Amino acid sequence: MKQETLPRPWTAADTANTYFSRFLGACQVIARNRLALLGVVIVGTWLLTALLAPYIATHDAYEINIANRLKGPSADHWLGTDSLGRDTFSRLVFGARTAFQVAIGAVFLGAVFGIPIGAIAGFTGRWVDAILMRFMDAIIAFPGRLLAIALVASLGGGLFSLYIALGVNSIPSYARIVRGVVLSQKEKEYVEAARMTGESGLTILFFQVLPNCLSPLLVRLSLDFGHAILAESSLSFLGLGLPPPTASWGLMLKEVTPFLQLQPMAAFFPGLTISLIILGFNLLGDGLRDVFDPRQYQR
Amino acid sequence: MLARYIAQRTWQLIPVLILVSIAVFLIVRIIPGDPVLVMLGIDPEERVRISEEQYQALQHQLGFDRPIYVQYFNWLTNIVQGDLGLSLRSRRPIFEVILERYPATIYLAVTALLTGLAIAIPAGVIAAIRQNTSADYAAMGFALWGIAMPNFWLALMLIVLFSLKLGWLPSIGYASPLDDPFRFLQHTCLPAIVMGTDLAAPLTRYIRAEMLEQLKQDYVRTAWAKGMPSRMVIVKHALKNSLIAAVTVVGLQTARLLGGSTIIETVFSWPGVGKLLIEGIYSRDYPIVQGSVLIIAVTYVFINLFVDIVYKWLDPRIKLE
Repeated sequence: MKQETLPRPWTAADTANTYFSRFLGACQVIARNRLALLGVVIVGTWLLTALLAPYIATHDAYEINIANRLKGPSADHWLGTDSLGRDTFSRLVFGARTAFQVAIGAVFLGAVFGIPIGAIAGFTGRWVDAILMRFMDAIIAFPGRLLAIALVASLGGGLFSLYIALGVNSIPSYARIVRGVVLSQKEKEYVEAARMTGESGLTILFFQVLPNCLSPLLVRLSLDFGHAILAESSLSFLGLGLPPPTASWGLMLKEVTPFLQLQPMAAFFPGLTISLIILGFNLLGDGLRDVFDPRQYQR
Repeated sequence: MLARYIAQRTWQLIPVLILVSIAVFLIVRIIPGDPVLVMLGIDPEERVRISEEQYQALQHQLGFDRPIYVQYFNWLTNIVQGDLGLSLRSRRPIFEVILERYPATIYLAVTALLTGLAIAIPAGVIAAIRQNTSADYAAMGFALWGIAMPNFWLALMLIVLFSLKLGWLPSIGYASPLDDPFRFLQHTCLPAIVMGTDLAAPLTRYIRAEMLEQLKQDYVRTAWAKGMPSRMVIVKHALKNSLIAAVTVVGLQTARLLGGSTIIETVFSWPGVGKLLIEGIYSRDYPIVQGSVLIIAVTYVFINLFVDIVYKWLDPRIKLE
């Protein structure tokens, strides 16, 4: 690197450089951790599959062909067909779109509400903190899946209900993470210094304190993506999620359950797909945790 | 000291229980449409069949003409007295229906817990004492895969293998362990393995990590140094302390089992509260939905309380936040 002869002011480009080199460092740690790398590959593959679904699918995922129902894997239908003769492979490919669509919405909703709640609770303290966190406790007091089932039962099925049902579940985890970081940071000198320069509480909170939450939040986001996909599959399997004929992995399992005896393979592949993608997000989350918290690395 | 902790921890439960009850109360209120029709199980199209006087009489009977906070307090008063209302379909008291179903859920949770512990403790210990060997990799592979795998899929695959192909175990049904213990074991086998795996997967990882931590401690080294037999060192010292730390995880996972048992009870037609909830949703029997959700949530809250107390009893250094 070229030696600077004169000190120059810190610029936005330097900040970008710092973040970029940190990002590269994180990539190196993940690349060294074989399991985390596997997670990146799995998640990346499925993300690409979701994006390029129409080009990857071999058949129309919604085309019914009763004559061809419950067939095993063959050259024409790589993973066989379901109870209505639809191509399982193509439905799994389009199911990736559904899974990501639900997960992105649910995680976004959880974060959009959870982060400000945690930030306000931690930064304001006293009774505001007490009230907000008691609300969070009440959400946590429900077993996650139960709350989702209850909400979907009340709101009815469909994408929007799923966003709410799954999003509400994850609000407390974001709120708790952010609150914890804010509590630990708000007495630090740099916050004090920012106060002295006359910056408003909100500016300090959002631009100085909150960036510190980024690492634990990224870990949480990755794990929550997996949770949301699993929860969507569970609800759709129960018939409480997306309505047929949507290509949803959980719904695919539900539809072939009565025909297990005739064609067990039709149930095998959707479940395997769900397991794989959740494994991917979990490995990625664990890898990110290793990056951000090297103390845990050996565990 | 412990008594004070229990008192404090129980006191903290009150606002949580109140908020839980408000949430359950609101379940019916957020259903799109007229709550009177919803609570009576009448379709909106059939609204025309009821005269305005009849409608108002029904509204009054259900208490829906009063302010919402009055409705809530009345509802809460009834619940505290064990009156959860009547089922829309069977017209039976919901409390009675839930009491009938509750034991099945608890039996399943207990067998699942025992199955989970029987898998996780040996797997976690072997993985730790044989760190970085094929046994360790196998145990960790099981744990990673077990956490990722949807339990209802495992249930379906086990049904295919053990019920449909081999014909060894029944895929659906239930018998009370008090009436017919052998049939109970037959019927509980598959659901207990599925839910036990759910519990064992994260627990194996946790026990392994804790064991590795304990095995590094000075007291373990001392025990080795003074020539204590390895089984004693591992079981009496390292495992004992690892299990104390694992109590919270076991407790949380068991509580989660109750919430997650809904789907497994449905797959195996296990007549517990979880299946009751799903039946209630399918038949739009909202009082049943309310009652089941309330019972499961309250059980969950109390298991968490119990776990915290046991943990405090085992490790008196814990302080209340």
